[in-house]
Amino acid sequence: MSASSSSIAGSGQRSIHAWLLLLPALVLLVAFTHWPAVATLIDSFYSTPKGTRAAVWVGVENYQVMAEDPVFWQAVRNNLWFAAATIPASIGLALLMAVWVNERIAGRTFVRMAYFTPTVLPMIAVANIWLFFYTPQYGLLEQVTGALGLPSHNWLGSPSTALGAITLVAVWKEAGFFMIFYLAALQTLNPSLKEAAAIEGASRWYFFRRVQWPLLMPTTLFVLVNAVINAFRLVDHVFILTRGGPDNATTLLLYHLYEVGFKFWDTAYAAAITVVLVVVLSSVALFQFFVLDKKVHYQ
Amino acid sequence: MQRNMFLKTLAASAAAMLSLGAGLAHAADPLEVPFYYPVAVGGPITKVIDGYASDFNKAHPQYKITPIYAGTYQETIVKALTANKSGKAPATSVLLSTDMFTLIDEDAIVPIDDFAKTDADKAWLKGFYPAFMANSQTGGKTWGVPFQRSTVVMYYNKNAFKEAGLDPNKAPATWKELSEAAKKLTKKDASGNVTQYGIQIPSTGFAYWMLQTLTTPNDVLLANEAGTKVTFDNPKVIEALDYWVNLTKEGVHPKGVIEWGTTPKDFLEKKAAIIVTTTGNLTNIKANAKFDFGVGQIAGNVRKGGSPTGGGNFYIFKKAPKEQQQAAFEFAKWVTAPERAAQWSMDSGYVAVSPAAYDTPILKKYGQDFPQALVARDQLPVSVAEFSTHDNQRVTKVLNDAVQAALNGTKTSAQAMKDAQKEADRILRSYQ
Repeated sequence: MSASSSSIAGSGQRSIHAWLLLLPALVLLVAFTHWPAVATLIDSFYSTPKGTRAAVWVGVENYQVMAEDPVFWQAVRNNLWFAAATIPASIGLALLMAVWVNERIAGRTFVRMAYFTPTVLPMIAVANIWLFFYTPQYGLLEQVTGALGLPSHNWLGSPSTALGAITLVAVWKEAGFFMIFYLAALQTLNPSLKEAAAIEGASRWYFFRRVQWPLLMPTTLFVLVNAVINAFRLVDHVFILTRGGPDNATTLLLYHLYEVGFKFWDTAYAAAITVVLVVVLSSVALFQFFVLDKKVHYQ
Repeated sequence: MQRNMFLKTLAASAAAMLSLGAGLAHAADPLEVPFYYPVAVGGPITKVIDGYASDFNKAHPQYKITPIYAGTYQETIVKALTANKSGKAPATSVLLSTDMFTLIDEDAIVPIDDFAKTDADKAWLKGFYPAFMANSQTGGKTWGVPFQRSTVVMYYNKNAFKEAGLDPNKAPATWKELSEAAKKLTKKDASGNVTQYGIQIPSTGFAYWMLQTLTTPNDVLLANEAGTKVTFDNPKVIEALDYWVNLTKEGVHPKGVIEWGTTPKDFLEKKAAIIVTTTGNLTNIKANAKFDFGVGQIAGNVRKGGSPTGGGNFYIFKKAPKEQQQAAFEFAKWVTAPERAAQWSMDSGYVAVSPAAYDTPILKKYGQDFPQALVARDQLPVSVAEFSTHDNQRVTKVLNDAVQAALNGTKTSAQAMKDAQKEADRILRSYQ
């Protein structure tokens, strides 16, 4: 038995083993991710089947309808504002909370639990609570502003404040989740770094900017990817708080997709919007992983 | 050794449970009939519906109606159509009467006439109020059985009326009287903030329905009977919407878009002296109001009064097995029989669906003790059909968005309605 033939036979058997081990994960991935993505792409080039009428090939008509649909562009604009607000706000807040509870302060466990509680609550429950907060005239926020003598305001009912109101709910929910990651990362930092900085006479801000922040970059990249995904994924509260109104002021892209697909049953048009959403998110993810990754300092 | 014992005990108990379960399953086998229903009004509605289902199941032991709460009307039709498209349609569902065209287009429902074969059945089908059948029939066939039907009414706070120097036994009957009453009823505190609005008309969820309470008195309809054309840009419609917008500008109506679900609570909390909402909220308000309140018909303008009808019908789904469809028909017949329709009207505040129900002793007595319950029914002769077209959810959303834009001041009424007309024409083009 020569060494090379046995190694070839061995490597053949090894690759069969490798493929068999990969098979369960591969089956799930293909069934729930790759195949639906391809099927959606194909569906977006057909018309919507209705009752007894089958789907026919219409080419890029669904995309043309999408480009002319003012509600779609409103949804894109809303979602960009939503992302621009939630991503820095939730990451910044999470970092702030993590740095604060990392210290040995009294009641540390309680504060950590308090910060993490919004994450544990289901979004629908959270939205119902905030619906009460925002109710005009006798909601919690109104009672506070009323006690301060400020005029009553319909937060969810006016287009200028409705998007801000739902953004606040999303930030409130997300920040605790990201805080956990930052807290874990902070606790893995070498304590001698802090002692060295103290000896050198560095201020807390300097220590944070030059030591902690660069060392937290891997976590920040991870949190950033999550925050971007959440900016497009978190629409549960819209169903409860505003249902996309007033006059589409809080319609986010995924919510518009749901309405078109499951309220109007225009499945072909919904497929077109899905393709756009997937393309946008994939390009953001690719950018994050290939460009930003190079700038991250790994230990 | 211990592991083997554990595994053996586990297997034995599983086998025992399976055989017991199988034995139980064969013991009594009523036909399970899934039934989706929404709740659009306040009060313990799920308890009431569950009560009706269990009463029916006791009277008909071969059937087992399984009521499944499905959220709002909009959520319920999503659930019903999703189930239908995946092949497992419910036997029956209570859905908006206006969804009739959408359900027919999706080939999801069967006509009720196919089940009403005996003379008694045919008489029952003819016994409903004609105003409710307007949204239930098309193409010469009946597609839905009226169940929780309503008209829009004005609830008014009698104490607030007395304080403002208005006659507490007379609701405003014209737009002029309504504006004047609203001005007198609006109360402000020392710093100029409003503590009680004169009138409140909600604009989420059913903005189009509330708009109909203003367009109908202005003698204009929003859609044709076949559901293929809409008339949003008619000057009378724009005038009606302007009346609503002007109420907000005059400060007697809260600004912005008003939530449907919290409007009854606003009335109970005395934040609004008059609210315009469905009669289905009557029992809820009656149970919780700490003040004397009255119910008035919708105020007239060019035309005396005029509310749209509203509410939900029973539909029977095509893809459900034939026995389930038959069971659903029996349930619909049973629960809309005069005595039960009367009971349902008292439990909820919805209008009882047939004149025969109002002749039953319990509802006669209820009407004498509590005349507010009869107002919604008395409006029926001047009521019109609820707005309904093909692709109903989409066209309704266009109209809702337009009303919300006008109320928020982001568009003028005329511009909002013109844009809505353009969009609706585009959607309905393929049905004309």
